Amino acid sequence: MTFEDVFQKLQEKFPKGILGKEDTKPDPFIKVAPEEIHAVILAMRDVLHFETLGCLSGVDYPATPALCVVYHLVSYTHKMVVPLKVTLPREPGVGVRSICDIYKAANWLERETWDLVGIHFEGHPDLRRILCPEDWVGHPLRKDYVTPDYYNGMPVPLYFDDTAGSESKKEGHA
Amino acid sequence: MESIREHLADAPENLKTDELLINMGPQHPSTHGVLRVIIKTDGEIVKEAIPEVGYLHRCFEKHSENVDYMGVEPYVDRLDYLASMNNAMGWAIAVEKMLGAEVPRRAEYIRVIVSELQRIGSHLMAYGTYGLDMGAFTAFMYGFRDREMILDIFESLSGARLLYNYMWIGGVARDITPDQVQKIKDFVAYFKPKIDEYNDLVTYNKIFIERTKNIGILDLETCFSYGLTGVMLRGAGFKWDLRKDLPYSIYPEVDFEVPVASGEMGTLGDCWDRHIVRMHEMKQSLRIIEQLIDGIPTGPYRGKVGKVVKPPVGEHFSRTECPRGELAFYIVSDGSGKPYRVRCKSPCFLNISTLDEITRGVMVADLVATIGSLDIVLGEVDR
Repeated sequence: MTFEDVFQKLQEKFPKGILGKEDTKPDPFIKVAPEEIHAVILAMRDVLHFETLGCLSGVDYPATPALCVVYHLVSYTHKMVVPLKVTLPREPGVGVRSICDIYKAANWLERETWDLVGIHFEGHPDLRRILCPEDWVGHPLRKDYVTPDYYNGMPVPLYFDDTAGSESKKEGHA
Repeated sequence: MESIREHLADAPENLKTDELLINMGPQHPSTHGVLRVIIKTDGEIVKEAIPEVGYLHRCFEKHSENVDYMGVEPYVDRLDYLASMNNAMGWAIAVEKMLGAEVPRRAEYIRVIVSELQRIGSHLMAYGTYGLDMGAFTAFMYGFRDREMILDIFESLSGARLLYNYMWIGGVARDITPDQVQKIKDFVAYFKPKIDEYNDLVTYNKIFIERTKNIGILDLETCFSYGLTGVMLRGAGFKWDLRKDLPYSIYPEVDFEVPVASGEMGTLGDCWDRHIVRMHEMKQSLRIIEQLIDGIPTGPYRGKVGKVVKPPVGEHFSRTECPRGELAFYIVSDGSGKPYRVRCKSPCFLNISTLDEITRGVMVADLVATIGSLDIVLGEVDR
């Protein structure tokens, strides 16, 4: 089975849910409507033998503006990976239906995407921050995220600031 | 025994047994790093074990967006710091695929030899620390003694002992010398009989078998649902190895087997099964090195990749077989010198997420055995 076969089968089954494909190089992807993503992934697992969720990522496109969720579904039967992409408006509180009930791997991956990109997953059993501290403000992988100067009153070191190095030299730490 | 029962029967009514909430970690010898597990126990029985991660989080993905593609390379080493070479190879392969860059044959040989050595080193660490979890201190010493030799080889290759920055996009950083080739040959000759010795010492030890069989069972369905890869999958009896099934680099040219577990000591997919898969994998890695070490072709060790790596606009999802499972990189390029978005799916992150499901109803000591058999590296879980 090739990427084209998967695309055609999905298009027959979900004429409204599949919005098209994009031949990006080197990996093409399938565009899916946000409201149909749960059904599409369920069909991918049960009918097309995509046994595993390989990866779930959030990508921020402030220029479009859009937020994307990318699902990489892995099939051991067909030895292939198919990326599905959902495009969401770039607004606060925007979300997509959780697929925790299909793949349990999605539980932590969705928590991570919520934590770092700030995409809400509706129906997730435990949508908390996972990598950042629970009192962290903002979502670091948003393109407009500004690294805070202070965290709980503690100064955050600026890694790319050359002046910080010269200051420490002045103080005799270097 | 009877007397204790009688004694308990006389116990006052206000003697209650409550469920207890216990923190295991973040500083705990058997959590293999800064992992915190919140355990709800009823006596010695684990009712719930919730892993809390993130103590080593430094946002690798955000960092990658701020440096160029070559600049990510040393940072990738720091994900799984016990298998830096494999990680770095994964990143290099992902970017090379986007660039369409060719890697010279000599570099491919060196890469595969080095990453298989690293796989042995990583499995030795897993073997040693797992022994330590079970109270077998000798195994730890043996494992570290031999891993040291691999680190020595890597030190002469790259100048560093843990974080090498050796695999570069388009090839490797430094050429391998005949002297180093001899060192690797010596190591292979030395290490070959050791695996059986370790199996005698730990794997087939009665106490070790009793501690690890029939617990922490990861069946195939759980593995698929949780997206587990690598040793977990092969430990559940599923024959899948990216090096064999979707081969990259020069793996199609070498002859090796994919070891799978068979539930020899108890249930298929238990802790012992995962351990034995690691032990067999070390043998196969030695086989791969033996086949390649004498035939390293002459030629350049680095391909023609420009100083500024600029992949064309596009996206790529790349997977490579690391000692702990499949490390995946999803790279989105906007055509500039810096990656637009880098997503790293680490195998350990999903491995540890199963902990709650597979340890309900076991003893606290078995929880330690299960965490050990998952062989997590927190640098990779937290990224």
